[in-house]
Amino acid sequence: MPSPHVVAGYTVPRVMFQVLLALVPVLAVQVYLFGPGPLGLVAVACVTALACEALALALRRRSSQSALRDGSVLVTAVLLALAVPPLLPWWLLVFGTAVAVLIGKHAYGGLGQNPFNPAMVGYAVLLVSFPLEMTRWPVPGPPWDALTGATALDAIGNGLRQGYTMEEVRAGAGFGRVGAAGAEWVNLAALAGGAWLLGRRIIRWHIPVAMLAGLAVPAALAHGLDPGAYPGALFHLASGAAMLGAFFIATDPVSAATSDRGRLIYGAGIGLLTWIIRSWGGYPDGVAFAVLLMNLAVPLLDRGTVPRIHGQPRR
Amino acid sequence: MSARAVLRGGLRLESHKTRPLEQPVQRLAAPTTAVLALDQGSGEEARAIVPPGACVRVGTPVAAGRGAAADLHSPVSGTVRAVEPRPTVGGAGTCVVIDSDGRAEREPASRPLAWATLDGAALIERLAAAGLAGLGGAAFPTAGKLALARAAGVELLLLNGAECEPWICCDDALMRECAADIVLGARVMLAACGAARATIALEDDKPEARAALEAAVAEAGDERLEVVLLPAVFPLGAEGLLVAAVTGREVPQGALPPEVGVVCQNVGTAAGVARLVTAGLPALTRIVTVTGSGVRRPMNLEAWIGTPITELIAACGGYDDKQPPVRLVAGGSLTGRALGSDAVPVTKGLNCVLVAAASDLPARTTEMPCIRCGDCAAVCPVGLLPQQLHRAVQADDAAGVARFGLADCIECGCCDYVCPSAIPLTARFRAGRERQRLHEAERRRAAEAKARYERHRRRLDEQAEAERRAFEEARRRARGDGAGDR
Amino acid sequence: MNSATLLPALGVAAALAVALGAALGWLAARLRPDADSLIERIDALLPQTQCGQCRYPGCRPYAEAIARGEAGTDRCPPGGEATARALATLLGREPRPVDPLYGETQPPRIAVIDEARCIGCALCLPACPVDAIVGAPRFVHTVIESQCTGCELCLPPCPVDCIALQPSPAAASLPQASTVSL
Repeated sequence: MPSPHVVAGYTVPRVMFQVLLALVPVLAVQVYLFGPGPLGLVAVACVTALACEALALALRRRSSQSALRDGSVLVTAVLLALAVPPLLPWWLLVFGTAVAVLIGKHAYGGLGQNPFNPAMVGYAVLLVSFPLEMTRWPVPGPPWDALTGATALDAIGNGLRQGYTMEEVRAGAGFGRVGAAGAEWVNLAALAGGAWLLGRRIIRWHIPVAMLAGLAVPAALAHGLDPGAYPGALFHLASGAAMLGAFFIATDPVSAATSDRGRLIYGAGIGLLTWIIRSWGGYPDGVAFAVLLMNLAVPLLDRGTVPRIHGQPRR
Repeated sequence: MSARAVLRGGLRLESHKTRPLEQPVQRLAAPTTAVLALDQGSGEEARAIVPPGACVRVGTPVAAGRGAAADLHSPVSGTVRAVEPRPTVGGAGTCVVIDSDGRAEREPASRPLAWATLDGAALIERLAAAGLAGLGGAAFPTAGKLALARAAGVELLLLNGAECEPWICCDDALMRECAADIVLGARVMLAACGAARATIALEDDKPEARAALEAAVAEAGDERLEVVLLPAVFPLGAEGLLVAAVTGREVPQGALPPEVGVVCQNVGTAAGVARLVTAGLPALTRIVTVTGSGVRRPMNLEAWIGTPITELIAACGGYDDKQPPVRLVAGGSLTGRALGSDAVPVTKGLNCVLVAAASDLPARTTEMPCIRCGDCAAVCPVGLLPQQLHRAVQADDAAGVARFGLADCIECGCCDYVCPSAIPLTARFRAGRERQRLHEAERRRAAEAKARYERHRRRLDEQAEAERRAFEEARRRARGDGAGDR
Repeated sequence: MNSATLLPALGVAAALAVALGAALGWLAARLRPDADSLIERIDALLPQTQCGQCRYPGCRPYAEAIARGEAGTDRCPPGGEATARALATLLGREPRPVDPLYGETQPPRIAVIDEARCIGCALCLPACPVDAIVGAPRFVHTVIESQCTGCELCLPPCPVDCIALQPSPAAASLPQASTVSL
């Protein structure tokens, strides 16, 4: 037996299940705001994901024993289910999850080989193919009336285009104290879950901090320059999928950059792109596309941010 | 005195050193049959100079050192039975097997050394003749190292008492009990290598050792010596990392510490030097930690080189029936080498015998693909990216392994330890290095063949040219003689 | 989408394609590596056996032929899979396995002269492309083991067939890269 003869005992399933555990607060808040719908979506996504993974492994002639038990595909499924609106028809979620697992993950070679975040691949395909259903969010309850209304980011986009100022838009429906009504609580739950993961060293601080900074700094600058046209940093951090993205989506290790410096740039890039897409782009929330765009940049980041080896001259 | 923390990554590991340190170091009797491996841990074999049947005494040289192998001396008096292959820590190697006559007669030449009267070069010669080798594990000849240091003009002698492996505590015991020897050895080595000062570095989880060393340094009254405390992080005891932690200077890639003005020696080596000057004894014993849940009474033993490990384990009460051993490791839990049998002999490089029971070795899960979590890079003390390196090694990509620093890997095992996918990174890197070495040899052969081919072509061209000129000459002469007749 | 938006969109896309294509073409012409350095780089990948199995008189002529585009990367049996793949990667071509038409890849071998049968005719001496055979007319010849590349060019000239190929003692077997079982 070669050295080392001891190991720390971290395993992939343990990591994955702790991530799932950290997502429970987010799910709970969503159920509180939107009713039992999200639970069903999570269940549908999980079942679909496991089935697709088994199918893909069979097609690739690999054993499915350990692969199905490692939990990585469940994380993809739950993230996707939490990212889509709770009113989404379940068969669309099946389609999205299948795309995420079969194309986003297995077409590239399975665990550890995907260059793109599989959940975001599924989300982007759904968003582009079914824009109406994917942007129909219910008014947060209780009560859960299934009445739909504009999300805060929607309202800003439309309101500004119609000539209202930020203050006027903020006074309207769909806004909570800090950010979007409802969404601000989801973001808080994601922050709590993420902080727990950080404390347990499951994820490292570089990507979340960099992403939130990349989102907050341009937001604050723009808000300072033109408060009427741009919401502030706190609003951006508390709306849409900001926190979920920072702690759960962008931190997917397989599609993220490798070195610490690379991760800082990667996270900052996602934050910046999210702000740009939210402020000037056609979609209300930019996290999914920002993540996919930065996934494209990862090979370049990896090449350019190799850390200095002990004994190499300090540049 | 001062605690400086300069180490990227690394691991803080749970220590398993308390039980062996509960009692003082126990001296073992000399073995009835001494098995002296010609390769004492450095990777190179010394040259046996005694034939079977020769009579030897304690301290008689039995092998002449060459390259990375130091001189080897007999720990017993008796007769050489054979010079033959035997199982050793490194697998198998040629060993000089000596049957003891039980009388322990010493070589008459072994006398204390008036070291203060000798100059550096003479001291180094005596150290070489005594077969002193690095007791930290590498077993490199001490004299050779000091000579290199002297030639490079080092200004600091760094004594390594860090002992960062969680199960090994032989150096801790030595520092507690023989601090005066270590200080004396340091002073002798200062004279040998010409350094201006000496620093004894140890980790802060050894308060008794620190107290003993500071007392010994104070008693010696030599202002050139000091004791420095470092945080207990694995693998701070690795030479290059220790130099960087204590001096702030990094040894350049591919170079040795004398390049930055430092020479490192293990504290055990220093104690061995002291024993040479006080008693005239060559390198014959060393302290070995015998530990692990699989042995009844873990303790530190002062064992004679050449003692079979079975005798060490027997001195510790034998194997524990309640926790049967599942693996025998020579060295520590992270960098040690698994042994195939307990019949191997003690060598100068053997610092610990870890008799590991199942409870000591966490089970390894089946290997999974790399999920690029980056934990390995976070703990690598040398600043490598093990996941990228692994990819390059698997692809046999020479440019990639050079870029990601395969040559700089110290095989500490930190990356393996934290990998959630249970990838045997250290073993892969070791194999990868071997493959790269062979590729390098192939490339060299190809380059030589190309050069010879070009010389061959040049030779043929010159020959053809010479023939042509001779022909032209002959034709010119023929034309000059007669009118085109021949 | 009606034609009012379709045509301008197509026009912009077409213009972009033309502009980018032109830029790429110009860059490819400007940044082409010079022929000599390419030949050097190809030659550096070849094993320097000088055996002629590729049908070129030596490794350098083969490298030149590859650079000219005349020869494929699959002609070098002594280089084996690794060389074929490395050559293809360097030139951006599809990697092809070594064509058995040009010979089989063998493990490293060296020529050994059976001195009992050697008649000292010196016919093998000029055949060796790296001058690895020592000898003279009417003196027994021998192959210098460390310099023999195993090219087999000395076998045909020998009138008594006293030269044979044996596994090279110097080349140890390479430890293989372990594969992940998933």
